[in-house]
Order: sequence, then C-alpha cells, then structure tokens
Amino acid sequence: MNRLAAFLAPLTLVTAILLGWELACRWMSVPVYLLPSPSAIASSIAVDWSPLAAAAWTTLSMALTALVIASVCACLLALLGGLNPLIEQAVQPIAVTVQVTPVVAIAPLVMIWTGLDHPGRAITILATIVAFFPIYSGAAAGLRAADPDLERLFDLYGASRWQKLIRLRLPSAVPFMVEGHKVATALAVIGAVVAEFVAGSGGAQGLAWRIIESANRLQTARVFAALVVLAAMATLLYALVTVAERRILAWWSGR
Amino acid sequence: MTLAQLRSVRVDYCRGPALGPIDLGLAAEEVVALVGPSGCGKSTAMRLLAGLEKPTVGTVERAAGKGETSLVFQAPTLAPWLSALENVALPLLLAGEARDTALERARDCLEQVGLGRAINARPAQLSGGMAMRASLARALASRPRLLLLDEPFAALDEITRRSLADDVLRLWAETRPAILFVTHNVEEAVYMAARVVIMTQGPGRIAGDVATPGPLPRPEGFRTSAAFRETVEDVSRILADTMKAAA
Repeated sequence: MNRLAAFLAPLTLVTAILLGWELACRWMSVPVYLLPSPSAIASSIAVDWSPLAAAAWTTLSMALTALVIASVCACLLALLGGLNPLIEQAVQPIAVTVQVTPVVAIAPLVMIWTGLDHPGRAITILATIVAFFPIYSGAAAGLRAADPDLERLFDLYGASRWQKLIRLRLPSAVPFMVEGHKVATALAVIGAVVAEFVAGSGGAQGLAWRIIESANRLQTARVFAALVVLAAMATLLYALVTVAERRILAWWSGR
Repeated sequence: MTLAQLRSVRVDYCRGPALGPIDLGLAAEEVVALVGPSGCGKSTAMRLLAGLEKPTVGTVERAAGKGETSLVFQAPTLAPWLSALENVALPLLLAGEARDTALERARDCLEQVGLGRAINARPAQLSGGMAMRASLARALASRPRLLLLDEPFAALDEITRRSLADDVLRLWAETRPAILFVTHNVEEAVYMAARVVIMTQGPGRIAGDVATPGPLPRPEGFRTSAAFRETVEDVSRILADTMKAAA
C-alpha cells in the first residue's frame, strides 16, 4: 500500500499541474509564444520527434564521450597518485583550480584552441573538464580509504606497493569511484548543455542549440519540447547509473 | 629459542610516553597472554613484535620473519569484496604461491576452523563468530611461527568466545606456533596461556608475570578447577594493585 502511494503521489501531482496548466492556457487564452499549453508541447514533440531525437543523441553522445575520457584520465591519475603520493600532491591543486573555475569562463579559450569549426570537440572537452573532478576526487579518496588494519596485514605479509594497490586499495576504492561516476554522469550532461549554450553554434546541433534557435524565433513550444526531451534523457541516464551503482555495490559487498 | 624479544623498549607518541620501558620475550611454541587496562600499550607491544612499528628507545629482536608472523585483530578485518576462501588465501597469494595451491591450503584452513561449508560466502554473509574464524584461518594459512592475537574475541558473545578459545588451543597443538594473546579478560588470559603477563596503566610496564597451571589445550572442566580460580584471583589482584597505584 505504501509503495503504491509513493508511486501514485508524484504521478497525481504532475497530472494535476499539467491539467491546471492546460486549462489555464485555454481559459485565459495565453499566447503560445509566452506559455504554450502541455498539449501544444506534446504536439511539438510528436511533430519534431526525429530532429529532437537526433539533437538528443548529439548531446548525449558528447556527454558520454566526455564521461569516458574523464573516467579514464581521472582514474589513471588517481592510480598514479596512489602509487606515488608526490604525483597526487602535484595534481590536487590543479584539479581543484580547474573545478572551481566556471566552465563558462574557460569555454572561449577551448573554442579558440579547438577551432571555431569544431564546436563538438570544444563541447566534449568542456564536459570532460566538468566530469573529471568528481571521478578523480572519488577515486583519490577511495584509494586512501582502505581499512588501516588490512593495510597493516598487507605490510605484515610483505605485499609490494603494486600488490597493495591492486589487491587492497583499488578494490577498497570501488564504492567511492562508483559514487564519483554517478555525480560525474549528471555533471557531464549539464556540462555538455552549458558548453553548447556558450558555443552557440549550429556546428553541433544538440538540444541546447535547439533551445537557443527556437527561443530566438519565439517558438516557445519547441523550446519546451527540447527541455522535456533533455529532462527525460538526463533522468533516464541517472536512473540507469543508479541501477548500475546498486548492482556494483551489491557485488562488491556480497549483500 | 626466543622468537621475538623486546629489550628495554619504550614508545613515545606526540601526546607522551605510551609504553615502557619493558622487556618481553616470546619463546618458540609458547603461549603468552598480555593483560592490562585500556591504553596501557598492549596493542603497541604487539605491533612492535610484529615488526609493524619501531620503538623510540630500545631494540626489538625478531627470529620470525615477516612471512612467518600472523596477526588477528579485534575485528575480523576481512576484505568485503573477497569470498572467505579468497580472504584466507590472500597471504599465500601475496607471498607468490600459485593460485591453485593457495586456494587448496585456504580450503583446508577453513575446514580446520569449521567453515568448510562457507568457503564461498562473503564476509557480510558470515556471523561475527564465523568471520572471526575466517580471520583465524587466514592467520594460520601461512603456517606462522609467531601468531599475534589482538583481543580477537572482544566483540563476541560468551559462548562463541569459549568455543573459539578452545579452537585456537586445538589449532595451536597441531602446529605449535608461539602465540601472544592480548586481552582485557583475566579468565580468558589464564585459560588460553601458559604464562600471563600483566601490564600497568599507560605508559605500560610489566607489573607481573604469572605461570598458569595445567597443560595446553585445557582439559575438560579446567574452568571450574581450584587451580584455575586461584590463578585468576592472583592475576586479578596484581591487576587491581596496578590500577590502584596508578590512581
């Protein structure tokens, strides 16, 4: 009963909001460029489904590429830092500085370096920068979080630095790394969308570009349609990552 | 033959002296219990004997090498991502033994501690007593000459403690490693060891060294014998005197 109620409560609220919104738009004759009704947005999604799906794939593929690059770079650097604390000390301030600098501020530089003809590359690099830090900081913290008594046992058994890294510190870091990837997945999508806005170019026609283009033409229903697809895509991705997180942690802890 | 020896050892931490000066030796095949109040430096003495810590002053002599020393902590300290079998095989794999040989030896050790049916279980699926048995099996897997037990039964219920104490002594009788057993519990110390070393409140020094009566492993009914009760009283009295002196 409780699970059914938990499922029905948000569904009822969303339905009520959509219904109120629809009725308000019709009764008050709100201009469609100001606030389109949910039915107008749905119709826009249906009509534009093919270009919307292509734009969603463009944004998603850039975000996922960024996530993979960020994951490989961050894990490799964290591993090197795990082997040699001096490397970790050298990387940490740079990683923090890049993280706290707004991606919007870095974007013009990246656009110049990648060439204005390749906004897709710039967007991927910017999304990589955004996704890098949570993975790096999760992995670096995880590699330091091994049980101290297990570390003592490894010392007692004469484990080499490499054996400690592979057999103890890396497996101990798994929950931290999973959490880092979960945060980075959401950030990669946000990073790709923000970078698309900054690039503001039709060279990479993702969802953000569709939002800008439609807003410039006052096609507000199309703006909402792109927003709905973006929100659905991000939510689905987050749900997939959450399921993966649960499975990996269940495998890790044997529960 | 002395396997490990602390000579005029003192350990200071930044907050002040933690241990000593003390002299403590452990002969081959000997079972010694170390009792004392919390914070007296029992675990520090154990880490010194294991070669995991260096003294501020004094020397530590160790005839047993690192690969010949095993340690069991208060918590089972098993790797949660490994099965019981893989956990027990870990010291052997780290020492470079072939995987098949290591797993075979680990299986034997788990059977010795009564966990033959739980070899594939993960630590999270084991009860506290079973996890501690797995930890003991891991300590025995490398056939140590020196076995250091740091309050291994502290988190267990009384029945499990007694059963594990008998298991440790039964296993000791098979391969006869020297054992240093750290505990708060005087009865457990007298039951488990041939010699009970009593330490004073921190910085820990040795306040007494009492030989216990009877053979190891203990015969049936030993806990109710007069000799056992008298030794427990003797050790308790020395411990109480050291606490009073510290107060």
